[in-house]
Amino acid sequence: MDNNTSHIPTDPVIRISHLHKQFGSRVVLNDFSLDLRRGESMVVLGRSGSGKSVLIKCLIGLYMPDGGSITILGKDTSQLDHEGLDVMRAHVGFLFQSNALYDSMTVRENLEFPMRHHLKNISKEEANKRVMEALTNVGLAHTVDMMPSELSGGMQKRVALARTLILNPEIMLYDEPTTGLDPVTGKEISTLMTEIQRIYNTSSIIISHDMKCVERTADRIAVLIDGNCYALGTFDELQQSNDQNIKQFFE
Amino acid sequence: MKLPVNLSDFLREAGSLSLFVSRFVTELFHPRQEWRQFVRQCFVIGVQSFALIGITGFIMGLVLTMQLRPSLMSYGVEAQLPVMVGLAIVREIGPVITALIFAGKISSGIGAELGSMKVTEQIDAMEVSGTNPFRYLVVTRVLATTVMLPILTVLSDAISLYGSYLGVNIKGHTSLTLFFFQVFQTLTYSDVLPAMIKTLFFGFAIGIIGCYKGYNSQKGTEGVGKSANAAVVISSLLIFIIDLITVQITDLLGLN
Repeated sequence: MDNNTSHIPTDPVIRISHLHKQFGSRVVLNDFSLDLRRGESMVVLGRSGSGKSVLIKCLIGLYMPDGGSITILGKDTSQLDHEGLDVMRAHVGFLFQSNALYDSMTVRENLEFPMRHHLKNISKEEANKRVMEALTNVGLAHTVDMMPSELSGGMQKRVALARTLILNPEIMLYDEPTTGLDPVTGKEISTLMTEIQRIYNTSSIIISHDMKCVERTADRIAVLIDGNCYALGTFDELQQSNDQNIKQFFE
Repeated sequence: MKLPVNLSDFLREAGSLSLFVSRFVTELFHPRQEWRQFVRQCFVIGVQSFALIGITGFIMGLVLTMQLRPSLMSYGVEAQLPVMVGLAIVREIGPVITALIFAGKISSGIGAELGSMKVTEQIDAMEVSGTNPFRYLVVTRVLATTVMLPILTVLSDAISLYGSYLGVNIKGHTSLTLFFFQVFQTLTYSDVLPAMIKTLFFGFAIGIIGCYKGYNSQKGTEGVGKSANAAVVISSLLIFIIDLITVQITDLLGLN
């Protein structure tokens, strides 16, 4: 991806300020701050267990932060009630690491599921149109009546991606999108993510430690070490860093 | 004073289950319910359990009759066989055995299904999709087990009595009409109603334990297996505890 970010407006769609999260006595996020600009693709890079997934789950409201604040599309998520959180989530797509497709539902039902709450009055024709459009955009229109168990890992990832797109989100959150995939499929998913960014005009936060994926998708990279944002820059800037903590990711 | 590990674990588990039950009650009275999912669960939980319940009920009635006959013959009261079997099946054996079979099939199934959904982040995905997973998964299943177990028990009792009728006719001859006339002649509302009411509690216990164990499943696939196993063990134990309590209550009320 083009690392020249001068074309990206500075309006932040997500502002994370001094975020703190701990489980028992184990501090996972400590004074973590980051801005995601509109249209930007931000990769949060960190080692396994460094708190990347906790960070992204705090953003979507699956974990409540113990301190600091998260502002998404101008709204402080700590001030939102359950309904407010639901409204916010309609603007944010979340791709789970395990895909989280519903085993007992067909691909069509999986894609229709988010619409049952957020688009209650949508007609059957419109719902079908949205399902087919999302599946077409990930190249899997022919799987619409299949069960998730009939799909390969890469196909499941694409269907999960299509499900996140069904509500036309403004922001996409990806939790380790290429983990567990072979290099070829991983490359396809990374390419698809950049395509989606272009088609749907989304801003993205991508949690990853797959450097190939990072290189293909990142406008900027935030390095997460010891619970805070250790370094921030483009792929080229960080690659040239002499800091051993950063260099280890690029070796 | 520090509590022993096992006791403190037990108290923590009991507290956690109490919170789960109180959340169930709160969500139950929410105006927006998943009725379509509830009907689906009634089908999955109730209708698809019917064959198993029916077969075990039939065997239970037949075997009970064959086992009771020699004892009654020795006292010269073989003619009371339909009455004895009818009372035993309707008051105690039918509800308890049906509930135990139901717990084995349904509680473990719910525990495994919800546990699997938990570890593969499907429950989180529901939350993110704007659907309340507790109402969608837990409330519908607990309601379905609570409603379907009494219905299955009635059907199981009926099939058991038919099995018993065949058992009576292995070494004797009684017409179907006479058999059921003898059974129903002695049965009263105080035999039937407490038995039916306790199946509501059995159904609730089976559903809530299966959901609780599955919903709080941890540690990957190993945790799913443990959840399913624990759901069966605890719900089976609860069936006997509830049975003991209801017998005491009916005794106090003079219904025994």
